[in-house]
Amino acid sequence: MEPSYRIELRNVSKNFGEVQSLRDVDFKLGQNEVVGLLGDNGAGKSTLIKILTGYHQPSSGELYIDGNRISSLTVPKARELGIETVYQERALAELQTLWRNIFLGRELRTPLRLLDVKKMKEETSRLMTESMGFTSSAVSPESAIETFSGGEKQGVAIVRALYFDAEIIILDEPTMGLSLKETRKLLDFVRHIKDAGKSAVFIDHNIFHVYSVADRVVVLDRGRVAGEFDCDDISLDDLMEKMYRVAETGSLE
Amino acid sequence: MGSETEELSATDTVAEPPKKGFSWKNFMRRNATQLGMILVFFGLWLFFILAAPQTFLSPQIYYAFMATTPFFAIMAMPLTMVIIAGEMDLSFPSIMAIGMVAFIFVFEPTGNVGLALLAALTAGVASGVLNGGLVVAIGIPSLVATIGTQFFLRGLSLVLLQGKGATLIEARETFVYEMLVGRTLGSIPNQFWWSIAIAIVCWIILNRTRLGAHIYLIGDNEKSARLMGVNVNRTRLIVFIIMGLAAAFAGVLASLQVSFFWPSLGEGYLLSTLASVFLGGTSVFGGTGTILGTFLGSYIIGAINAGIVAIGLTGFWTELIYGLIIIVSVSMHVIMQRRIK
Repeated sequence: MEPSYRIELRNVSKNFGEVQSLRDVDFKLGQNEVVGLLGDNGAGKSTLIKILTGYHQPSSGELYIDGNRISSLTVPKARELGIETVYQERALAELQTLWRNIFLGRELRTPLRLLDVKKMKEETSRLMTESMGFTSSAVSPESAIETFSGGEKQGVAIVRALYFDAEIIILDEPTMGLSLKETRKLLDFVRHIKDAGKSAVFIDHNIFHVYSVADRVVVLDRGRVAGEFDCDDISLDDLMEKMYRVAETGSLE
Repeated sequence: MGSETEELSATDTVAEPPKKGFSWKNFMRRNATQLGMILVFFGLWLFFILAAPQTFLSPQIYYAFMATTPFFAIMAMPLTMVIIAGEMDLSFPSIMAIGMVAFIFVFEPTGNVGLALLAALTAGVASGVLNGGLVVAIGIPSLVATIGTQFFLRGLSLVLLQGKGATLIEARETFVYEMLVGRTLGSIPNQFWWSIAIAIVCWIILNRTRLGAHIYLIGDNEKSARLMGVNVNRTRLIVFIIMGLAAAFAGVLASLQVSFFWPSLGEGYLLSTLASVFLGGTSVFGGTGTILGTFLGSYIIGAINAGIVAIGLTGFWTELIYGLIIIVSVSMHVIMQRRIK
């Protein structure tokens, strides 16, 4: 049976002590679909994606990946299932070298279970020229990330997400701190994910960014889903209108 | 993965090559600490030869130096891992003692040195679990937790043996004794070889295992490590266990060397061990540091120790100089880091 959704959340709630970040959220990510997640600060966007990546465990509710119920998702397990994430905070270790960052948490090993440093450096070199466009001889797999610009760091985070055969790519505020040009490249990149037959969840503050790449947008407000729209069925103006209404009244109508 | 990496060419100009010098400069900067230390080492050596030629041109001083330096070198290398991981352990001098208490509890009734060694190492592991547990399970900052266990374990050792020492004369001439602190190739103390062996093991752990990679990561950016699925707590716990194991081992070596267990065992090693790590270029903030640096650092500290005595200064000076080394090397490191940024 072909599962209809890559990821499905049913009735998921998440509490941090007294604070309820998510309330009975239903969320679906289809095959080869790009879902945009919109919402104000504190709407629960980050919490939602951190549940999808296994960083947070839901307080209640169910999580399905490719139709299978997953009872406790951890970060390594999510990555094994093909979910890769480009985090808002980029999740880089700045004092470490480029190659260590590319393979952060998923270091390649030889059959003797020792690190395959040579292979990791080679792969990093290859990724640098093929995918990251680092052409300067000053940047090598041995360069420390702290010497990179914001855009370069974002490039590292994205290349890393792609290296491991990701089927589902989660981008958490990836345009933050990027220049206009870099942002355009990034949006193109999200469209490429779609063309490659993969799925993505795209989180951004900027409604224009989200609308331009997403098939569907999910609007979160104060921890619950306020509404969902197919981008084909709604104009950008209408969507903005609804977003304002949500921000003011907490409801779409 | 070939196909999706090509798609990324869309983002390629995200990268604008940073303006930097050519890679020789980078190499020098990356290895500046080690290169500098090798210079310092030979500089000091030359100084001591000039200052006290009769002492420093005879082999005796080198044998003495190779006999005593390993005791703290063996602890400084695992401590390097602890500090790279962003933690601190100040309890290792007391772990040396508690390990020896376990040693004596087994050795006195059985007379078996091998079994006693095993007991000491077990006590070391248990102490590491205690430290790691306080940090990981309860969440006490390791600096504070290990000040607590430093006193607790010292007190426990004193209580268990009522503050008395114990002779280890019986352990002499056994195979284990010879293996640990005997002499090879004429007069080279075996603990010197142990310090090299442990340096190699620590280097492999830190540079060629996932554990080592994760030690650097959690010390550099714990949040990133967690987001990318690194088991931070497990890594921390293991680091404290390795530290405990090494401290207990060093305690056995140091006690067997003098064939006596002093209840104050370890108290002299706090400063020299810390000085070795920081002189070796390990960052107090975690995330960077090398085993080679610490290894060289230990032997520089050992040489200073021998030199101070040989050129006729009193032992009081050693403490002053070690303290100064810690302050200066940490300050230099912090200033250098700031300049890179």
